[in-house]
Amino acid sequence: MNFNFGTSIAGTVFPNPIFTASGCAGSGKELVHFFPLNNLGAIVTKSIMLKPRSGRATPRMAETPSGMLNSIGLQGPGIESFLEDDIPWLRDQGARIIVSIAGESVDDYAVLARKLRNVPGVSALEVNISCPNVENRGQVFACNPETARDAVAAVRRNIGGELPIIAKLSPDVTDIASIAESVVAAGADGLALINTLLGMVIDTNTMAPKLSQRTGGLSGPAIRPIAVRAIYQVRTALPTIPIVGMGGVTSGRDAFELVLAGANAVSIGTATFGDPMAAIVIRDELEEICISKGFTSFNDVISYAHRTESQ
Amino acid sequence: MINSKATQIDAEIISNKRIGSYNHMVFAVNELAGSCRPGNFVAIAVGGPSSSMILRRAFAIYRATLRADGIGLLELVVAPQGNGSKWLAAQRVGQKVNLIAPLGTAFGIPTEPVHALLVGGGYGSAPLFALAEILKSRGCRVDMVLGASTAGKIYAPLEGKRSVNSLTITTDDASAGTMGRVSDVLPALIEEHQIELVYSCGPMAMLEAVTAISQAFGIVHQCSVEEAMACGIGVCMTCVLPVAGDDGVIRMIRTCIEGPVMDGNKVLWSRSREIPDGVWGK
Repeated sequence: MNFNFGTSIAGTVFPNPIFTASGCAGSGKELVHFFPLNNLGAIVTKSIMLKPRSGRATPRMAETPSGMLNSIGLQGPGIESFLEDDIPWLRDQGARIIVSIAGESVDDYAVLARKLRNVPGVSALEVNISCPNVENRGQVFACNPETARDAVAAVRRNIGGELPIIAKLSPDVTDIASIAESVVAAGADGLALINTLLGMVIDTNTMAPKLSQRTGGLSGPAIRPIAVRAIYQVRTALPTIPIVGMGGVTSGRDAFELVLAGANAVSIGTATFGDPMAAIVIRDELEEICISKGFTSFNDVISYAHRTESQ
Repeated sequence: MINSKATQIDAEIISNKRIGSYNHMVFAVNELAGSCRPGNFVAIAVGGPSSSMILRRAFAIYRATLRADGIGLLELVVAPQGNGSKWLAAQRVGQKVNLIAPLGTAFGIPTEPVHALLVGGGYGSAPLFALAEILKSRGCRVDMVLGASTAGKIYAPLEGKRSVNSLTITTDDASAGTMGRVSDVLPALIEEHQIELVYSCGPMAMLEAVTAISQAFGIVHQCSVEEAMACGIGVCMTCVLPVAGDDGVIRMIRTCIEGPVMDGNKVLWSRSREIPDGVWGK
């Protein structure tokens, strides 16, 4: 049987719906040792900022039950070096590229969008508004409808018409659907759900927080039910908006669950840390599950769990 | 860049023996064993397929041998401390684990025969015996000092001792060797054996102390660091340390890719739990 595994995000077509998650694959230079990067739907790069960034002090990581905390702090080379080295390299790999950007201010987002506007070979922009925001006392842009909207609107104004923009939201909010509506009204073509949740581990031997920054972002299978809930809620509020789902997906079954909830594509994050081949295995398992359930097109699976509500 | 020989395979456990506080484990691997160098490490998935432990555990390779019949043997010294290493140490012969090896950098081998001192803390001695063999085969004089809290935590198998000219042991509780730490006996050993090169592997505090002594003597010091890592393959950015590059710029570098073996004199040990001023991108 011929199964159509392709998916589309705001008019851009991807041959399969499994992407990497930003911050969990670098710029692909390590994973390419394990599989050709064009075998995935897209490579979502580690969120890039305007300037080189050292990130935070160690310890940056703590394993938790079915998950982990991280406080990397967006360590990275900055946009200039990224455009010079990483993008041409990814293009040479034949990868479809989604560039993730992060800023400390609304203006940062505007400048980053201008720098990426005419870069060839980029399929979409992920606007990571769920990172620390110095303008708002450590709060993240995505925790407030107004700041979320301002950051996305700045990108929209500066990106030109061609490149789809995907806003990455935080689940650490009271009502994620209202944040989603706010950024879509500001010009987001799609949504990435969910970023990590803020967590904390205290080492009971030292009796002090395990991470140097005390708190960190929780990821892994522990947060998957939250991802499913967030995707489902946003899909209910916004029936047609493209959603890139992520949050603790470690198997094809997990990816299938997020798609049923409303995801048009699924990003693989923490699972890659445990197994560099995770995304490829999940891609194959997902296709197999879709076929075994009798679907002929991946498109028909998207939001399938909503059917009883709409009938 | 990631170790170009890194290979992911399911490897069968062919031996698992308790030695003191540790487990000596042997895994059947393929020709990747021929690509392993002293200092390289292996990342092993633990807990089984439905485990709540989602991250691999990293172990320094104790010994790797590629036999003439093509079968590779990978030997590790596992300290069953956390849940992951306890699970691994409890696995029986015949069971398989998923591993990626070799990963990371290896100890540099001098081109001239030199006097080398190998310093190990606890199970940090593991990669030093294979290193000693290579150094010995190159005509080096090899002295070794191993330290631990107590005698049971000294890992020094008989066959390993053959390749060293002298072995000094220190324990905190005087249950074996000299009472005290490796750093207490290091200056005298360096002078006595006219040491020109120091290799070390063990806890970070020990590596820092060894660096200070090596610097005082003006000796090159290659150390294998141990920083908590989530992935072991360079994508997660958790295992970083502030290290001065050849250009003098201090960067937060990934110890899984640019380490674990690095020039001890280039690590900003006292500032390793912060982002020191002047670090690139601070």
